[in-house]
Amino acid sequence: MSEIPMVLADRVSKSFGSNRVLRSISLKVDRGEVLCIVGPSGSGKSTFLRCINHLERVDAGRLSVEGQLVGYRQKGDKLYELRPKEAAFQRREIGMVFQRFNLFPHLTALENIIQAPMRVKHMSKSKATARAKELMERVGLGDKADYYPAHLSGGQQQRVAIARALAMDPKLMLFDEPTSALDPELVGEVLDVMKELASSGMTMIVVTHEMGFAREVADSLVFMDDGVVVEAGNPRQVLNDPQHERTKMFLSKVL
Amino acid sequence: MSTSSHNPISSAAPGPPDNTEDGEVVKAIPLRHPWRVLIAVVLVAMLAVFIIDAAQRKDFGWAEVGKYIFDKRISQAALVTLQLTVYSMVLAIALGLLLAIMRLSPNPVVKSVAWLYIWIFRGTPVYVQLVFWGIVALIYPVLTVGIPFMTPWISFDNSIFTNLFVTAIIGLALNEAAYMSEIVRAGLLSVDEGQEEASRALAMSWGQTMRHIVVPQAMRIIIPPTGNEVISMLKTTSLVTAIPLSIDLYGVSRGISAVTFTPVPLLIVACIWYLLFTSILMVGQHFIEKRFSRGSGQRKADKVSGPHGPTTTAALTNPAAGNDIGGKG
Repeated sequence: MSEIPMVLADRVSKSFGSNRVLRSISLKVDRGEVLCIVGPSGSGKSTFLRCINHLERVDAGRLSVEGQLVGYRQKGDKLYELRPKEAAFQRREIGMVFQRFNLFPHLTALENIIQAPMRVKHMSKSKATARAKELMERVGLGDKADYYPAHLSGGQQQRVAIARALAMDPKLMLFDEPTSALDPELVGEVLDVMKELASSGMTMIVVTHEMGFAREVADSLVFMDDGVVVEAGNPRQVLNDPQHERTKMFLSKVL
Repeated sequence: MSTSSHNPISSAAPGPPDNTEDGEVVKAIPLRHPWRVLIAVVLVAMLAVFIIDAAQRKDFGWAEVGKYIFDKRISQAALVTLQLTVYSMVLAIALGLLLAIMRLSPNPVVKSVAWLYIWIFRGTPVYVQLVFWGIVALIYPVLTVGIPFMTPWISFDNSIFTNLFVTAIIGLALNEAAYMSEIVRAGLLSVDEGQEEASRALAMSWGQTMRHIVVPQAMRIIIPPTGNEVISMLKTTSLVTAIPLSIDLYGVSRGISAVTFTPVPLLIVACIWYLLFTSILMVGQHFIEKRFSRGSGQRKADKVSGPHGPTTTAALTNPAAGNDIGGKG
């Protein structure tokens, strides 16, 4: 395909002090693709995800979204760091969902959703509200608009968080262990919303421990350990017939 | 109680607990505290002796106290004290918020300026600062705008610091701002990192994140100690005598006593007014603390009932814990 990939990572590395969290990560995510990243905790999955919307900066290598370098501008062979405003502009079309939901507790579900469209896109309040109600409906919480996050269950909070990210009409959604903080019986409702989103053609990168979801929904799967991509490929193939010893060990523990 | 032997079995068995089979009511003799009673009696007796003695002592001049407590000069001075408190606190809160945000700014220049300010204004006594602001008009009689060591573009008389009331407000506010900024900073830092992260991920700018996400949540932490600072400021206003400004409560009562040679009664008058104001503020403080500590203790949790009825109490404990854990993942 000659099309520009949605996300292209070329030998991306990242260290926190002397701790090398990412070592030369290279991968490609096409438009409409759902990529699941699995691996033991501390393997750098979340850090990689956070690099994609420049919540963390990359130390080495090149990371681009739709052909645009993340966090930097290239002029000739020199890289220039983007201003905070420019970096924020890049994030407008990248939605992110966090493990701990990170809803704004002082705002109702609806207010959570309309913040960014109003403040960043300068959408009118009535328009943003109408859109937010649509999204609440889409995630199955049409009747919970005026509830504060405190009054919602974890699963409901996470679905509001997904609606909040969708309100910016992202072309790419990042999920950072979206079900890891949930009670087991609430995991399903969040995964259902994510499945619906995937089938609607959204490009998604999902860091997860839900192997069932990866098998069913993902187009490709990456297994990371200790900051490197150990194995990548078709999720059913990787999960059923892992080639690498470390992948086998990990999967034997979680499956 | 013949059924009591059934109790352990029925409570261990599955199914709803049977409330009809409660155990025997505990009828124990409560623990006695004879020493508490004794010491209380002694203390009350000592207080009574002190009051009886004070009432008869000439130096306290109770007649004078009665005469001046509602004196127009005194009540007007009390109003000045209130004005000094309110104006300087409003200024101090605004400046303190600015300084706190500056200290948390990613910009190292802005951060250093705020640090320097706090270092100086918190590191020197407020009394000395007030003396300094009192004489600053003598040091800088003319204020100029222009390039250093060249003919100034604009120059005007330093009229700000010749008004002693304004000088007092500025002096008190500048000092208090350093303390307020620490309170605000603690509040801002108490807001979970995940909040800022989520806001940034939604492409909101740093300023928008602060204004709409972080500061509103920090208020819960900031407001109770701010009430404390108001009470403290009310009393600190008596130091404006250093400027010297003498139209406040303490200044006026001293002024009157200098004429009548009755210092003690007028000190008592001043104290009564200060106590009246601080008592009112303490009541206000109590309600503020109650309002802003919602969900943090059992006592408060059962009083909260939101728009969604009884589910509130159970749910309240949840997000507080959830949000404190943070967005690390």
